[in-house]
Amino acid sequence: MGNLFTVGLFQQMLRSATPVGLAAMGGLMTEHAGIMNIGMDGMILMGAFTAVSVSWLMGSAWLGLLAAILVGILVGLFFALFVVKFKSDEFIIGTALNILAGGLTVFLLRSLFQVKGTFQGTPDRPVVGLPRVNLGILAKIPVIGPILDGSSVFILLTWLLVLVMWVFVYRTPWGFWIRAAGEKPDTLRTAGINPERMKWLSSVICGGFCGLAGAQLALGNVTLFSEGMSNSRGYVAFACVIFGAANPGKAYLAALMFGFFDALGYRLQDYNINANLTSTIPYVITVVMMVYVVVRSQRRQKQR
Amino acid sequence: MQEPVVRFEHISMQFPGVLANDDVSLEVRKGEIFALVGENGAGKSTLMNVLYGIHTPTGGSLTIKGKKMQHFSPKNAIDLGVGMVHQHFMLVPSFTVAENIVLSREPRRGGLLYDRKAARQKTEALSREYGLKVDPDAVVREIGVGLQQRVEILKTLYRGADILILDEPTAVLTPQETEELFDILRRMVREKGMTVILITHKLGEVVSVSDRVGVMRQGRLVSLEETKNVTERSLAAKMVGRNVLHDPFLKESQAGEVRIRAEKLSVLDNRGLPAVKELSLEVRAGEVVGIAAVEGNGQSELIEAITGMRPMSGGNVEICGTSIRGMSPGRIRRLGLAHVPEDRLSTGVNPQGTISENLIMGKHRSREFTRLGFHVNKGALERYVGKIFSRFDVRAAGLDTTVGSLSGGNVQKVVIAREFSFDTPVLVISQPTRGVDIGAIEFIHQHIMDKRAQGCAILLCSADLDEVFRLSDRIVTMYEGRITGSFPAEKITKEEIGYYMTGARSEEGTSHG
Repeated sequence: MGNLFTVGLFQQMLRSATPVGLAAMGGLMTEHAGIMNIGMDGMILMGAFTAVSVSWLMGSAWLGLLAAILVGILVGLFFALFVVKFKSDEFIIGTALNILAGGLTVFLLRSLFQVKGTFQGTPDRPVVGLPRVNLGILAKIPVIGPILDGSSVFILLTWLLVLVMWVFVYRTPWGFWIRAAGEKPDTLRTAGINPERMKWLSSVICGGFCGLAGAQLALGNVTLFSEGMSNSRGYVAFACVIFGAANPGKAYLAALMFGFFDALGYRLQDYNINANLTSTIPYVITVVMMVYVVVRSQRRQKQR
Repeated sequence: MQEPVVRFEHISMQFPGVLANDDVSLEVRKGEIFALVGENGAGKSTLMNVLYGIHTPTGGSLTIKGKKMQHFSPKNAIDLGVGMVHQHFMLVPSFTVAENIVLSREPRRGGLLYDRKAARQKTEALSREYGLKVDPDAVVREIGVGLQQRVEILKTLYRGADILILDEPTAVLTPQETEELFDILRRMVREKGMTVILITHKLGEVVSVSDRVGVMRQGRLVSLEETKNVTERSLAAKMVGRNVLHDPFLKESQAGEVRIRAEKLSVLDNRGLPAVKELSLEVRAGEVVGIAAVEGNGQSELIEAITGMRPMSGGNVEICGTSIRGMSPGRIRRLGLAHVPEDRLSTGVNPQGTISENLIMGKHRSREFTRLGFHVNKGALERYVGKIFSRFDVRAAGLDTTVGSLSGGNVQKVVIAREFSFDTPVLVISQPTRGVDIGAIEFIHQHIMDKRAQGCAILLCSADLDEVFRLSDRIVTMYEGRITGSFPAEKITKEEIGYYMTGARSEEGTSHG
């Protein structure tokens, strides 16, 4: 087992964790605002599709990324319109969003690019991926250097965003208002701030992050779009939010945990273990994590 | 001389079907503690919500600090210095004390970041200035209600309030905490020149802390006096002294065997605090026992425990000689108890269901109508429902009308029709005529009296003292979860009852604050 924990394993861990972690940063906003957002998977998928399409059309990965964030924000507005304004059931709207994203991306893939399954660009014009980090001399740092050298930039930028989100949630007035809007909306209202507005804001931020997560998935981890490529990462991100009690740092750690087991699954295939079996590992771990959270919170409630 | 900071002139507040405030004119002077007392539903909270900008009055005018107020929001009221401490605290449980106090007006660093240090300093400064000791870094969820209330008061002070409205502030406090609160309020008025408006129905508090007192009854201000000129007794009389609207029923005692027996019954409320404390009570066949109590003194929890809707924490209850400990409401019903619950729309009926569906609830599994658990005998069902429908005079287009579309009085008739048709030996009735029109009241009262004549044991709980007097053989007063007195209805006056209800007197001779 000694050669199981290789540089490759940790590179793969970060690769798997980053889109999930980014989506979780968005999911924790809606979670704090008291919205149960299970529509993240669809938001990621739409982000991934937009990123690949725009990158191919414009020849720029950064434009693709920007477009993915914008589409994410639009989807966030759409989600808030139904959930906050029309007070529809958030579970239904989230589910509808996921189904819509699955169908819409497949439809657009086939009608715009005339391909089925996967789109990697055309021979004369490939999809441009996001740049990779060249650490230069820093690559010599033991352990960390080799793992990070040559990885996608967003693996590093995500760490910065986690910090920014932590400051936003716990150290800015808006963070307080969003949390108050979820926990005690009437308190916020009597203080003269409209809690619905905070819910809108959280939904928009969530959409933007999910778009970003989709762009990283399609242009950072790989440079292609394939049907249903979000592959339930939105749900895993939701689980990370719950597991991390909507704290950005903890939610990111949960995403890393998911990434680790995902990478471990890949590695175990080298040991002649069935790939279908190993790819279930991160999802099984997610279920175990959720059970742990529920048991822990029930025990706490009993103590009270 | 003291100038009025708040002036209500001929304020009326008409809600659909209820006139909550009826031509109220009142001035509150700068630097006084003004107490507003009255029973639940007398219109005190409505009047204060008008002052805080939550309700726009349908008539009259309001002046705050010389400014005529029209169509304003709580935010405008806050800006004018009006602060309200709600009965249900408006605090975010997961935030710290300081974070709650500065919410929506956070001090900032660099225009963007929340300035924790400044928030803590401001909290400490206010806390020192007003003698309201709090720990700025404590998480609100983890501190007691007394402290939470201080945080609420500090919050209004942070927002610059100098007119402080407290809605039933002592309902959740221990006597010691109450005393502390009053010391603080007195100091605020004396040293800071603030104005305090205290809403309460505890008369002892009024006499000990206020400068002037206004009594409200059925939406009207019926009395306005200097506190030094009133006694608890005279206030109690004004609070409850209504005219008897209906003729009394002729009653002759015919009480039989004990059907409801509560022994040292203790029940907890939703917060896990004792609501009913070692209460013992008996109701006999053929008598009506009426509970007279101000809302929130344990009567609702008592009724819920007897009907199995809330677990007992101690003691026991027997229905027709069988202990109901651990039984579900359904099993208790099968022992021979029917229940008209106080909140008819949430526990009395299924508002989305039709009249006939609602009328057979509780009988829906009976042999008469079912085979192998299915409703098969439609004819019998319709005959049964049609019979009670006409007997109880429900005014509706037909049996397929949904109950939620009926008026309050007709919904109550559906509940009463169903429960009374079970022909049980025990009836527990809560608020039988709350929000019901006069004609229906008479009808419902007559049916309750018929049940009594048939030998039913009836426990009645009503916020309407006239009703309790009119229907009961025996009146039991409750205060803070205990029985403070038990009297034959014809041997006590309403004024005296009011005294026992507010805890000012008790049969055990102990006086409560």
